[in-house]
Amino acid sequence: MTPVDAERTVSLTVNGVPREATVPVRRLLSDALRHDLGLTGTHVGCEHGVCGACTVLVDGAPVRSCLVLAVQVDGRSVRTVEGLARDDGRGGQLLHPVQEAFRECHALQCGFCTPGFLMTIAAGLEARDAAEEISEEEVDDMVGGNLCRCTGYANIKKAVRHAAAAMREDAR
Amino acid sequence: MKPAPFRYADPGTLDEALEVLSAEGEGAKVLAGGQSLLPLLSMRLAAPAVLVDINRVPGLDTIEATGDGVRVGALVRHGALLGGGPDADAAARVQPLLARATAHVAHPAIRNRGTTVGSIAHADPSGEMTSVLALTGGSVAVATPSGTSEIPWADFFVGPLETSLPAAAVVTSAFFPALPPRAGTAFAEIARRRGDYAVCGAGVVVTLDDDRRVSAARAAYISVGLVPEVHDLTEAVAGQPADAADWSAAAALARGKVDPDADLHAGAGYRRHLVGVLTGRTLPAAAAEAVSRSAA
Repeated sequence: MTPVDAERTVSLTVNGVPREATVPVRRLLSDALRHDLGLTGTHVGCEHGVCGACTVLVDGAPVRSCLVLAVQVDGRSVRTVEGLARDDGRGGQLLHPVQEAFRECHALQCGFCTPGFLMTIAAGLEARDAAEEISEEEVDDMVGGNLCRCTGYANIKKAVRHAAAAMREDAR
Repeated sequence: MKPAPFRYADPGTLDEALEVLSAEGEGAKVLAGGQSLLPLLSMRLAAPAVLVDINRVPGLDTIEATGDGVRVGALVRHGALLGGGPDADAAARVQPLLARATAHVAHPAIRNRGTTVGSIAHADPSGEMTSVLALTGGSVAVATPSGTSEIPWADFFVGPLETSLPAAAVVTSAFFPALPPRAGTAFAEIARRRGDYAVCGAGVVVTLDDDRRVSAARAAYISVGLVPEVHDLTEAVAGQPADAADWSAAAALARGKVDPDADLHAGAGYRRHLVGVLTGRTLPAAAAEAVSRSAA
């Protein structure tokens, strides 16, 4: 008989590190990341899938972590904003091109929506052919699902183009 | 808010899923993509006692395109229908409306998890795929402990967020019949942001005769009415040449046929106006596609 549980232990890989948590089955992935695993970089905005602030990558694809149960990512690989930067080999970290672009273009003000934007855009840019020039439609698609209520979208879109250009340079 | 407490099962087979659903009765709810269900839980609009997650059930993630139509399994994500894979490309050739409408379903992060079949089972009048199922004359395959059956779309949708699905049942797939020869489709929406719920949307199918004159024109609308409806607009354009039909007459006919509701986003009159606008935009596009498919 299939077990019907109120609580489960979930094993997953977060930013390349194996993690485990025992959670009530109603725990949202967003809350599991923040409360159970201590990764507070993932922000919780609307909690019903509208704002995009909680976007993380599950097996490489962006998803709203408030619309996924923690028990559903058992055995999966999750990447959060804490996993965007990489080691520079000298004890420090190198920001992801999207993070660099956000800093360069002033694409964040209060920063609340930023982790969701960074994850969505990073996944979008990593999935496309970096050598191709990015179209306005692609840019719109990458920012259209996330709400920002202070910076405004002009600088965020500028950052997407900036990051795409940087990644294009790297691809050469 | 957070979902109210529930218990959770993730059976590894369809039989096990049906077993849990039967044992738990009315309080059990099927979870597939969860992109509509989880918001309902978090807003406490629904509080099922048990979620039966079907994501581990094998064989439900396939897109099968044949000459008769496209069968979409219950675990096929919206994103998978948008192209990129051979199955999605074959599906787009057999019934182009499917991918065309799916492009309007939510944002990429939602499309990565949400399922086409789940969207149909959710029966939201502002969902795209319910109307596409209706417009193409489709049906859903339903598995219950006593066997499987195919339910035509008109018998499936009962009201907003309400279907005729029995309690212990899983919708295992949806079937979208093939686009007939000499027919074309188009789909358009007006939404506040790309990917948001449509204020109004329209899907149309135009069929031509051997002389490239309109023999049928049908439309279904999004966010208009309580359940999907197919409106026959043929009388306004019957027998007219595909490249010079009086589409504005068809748009006027459509405005008279629909009975939209008002909500926070739009009044009934504005929605009726948009029905006319979108009908006028989509019909000539569908006719043009029908012409090019006739030539092929």
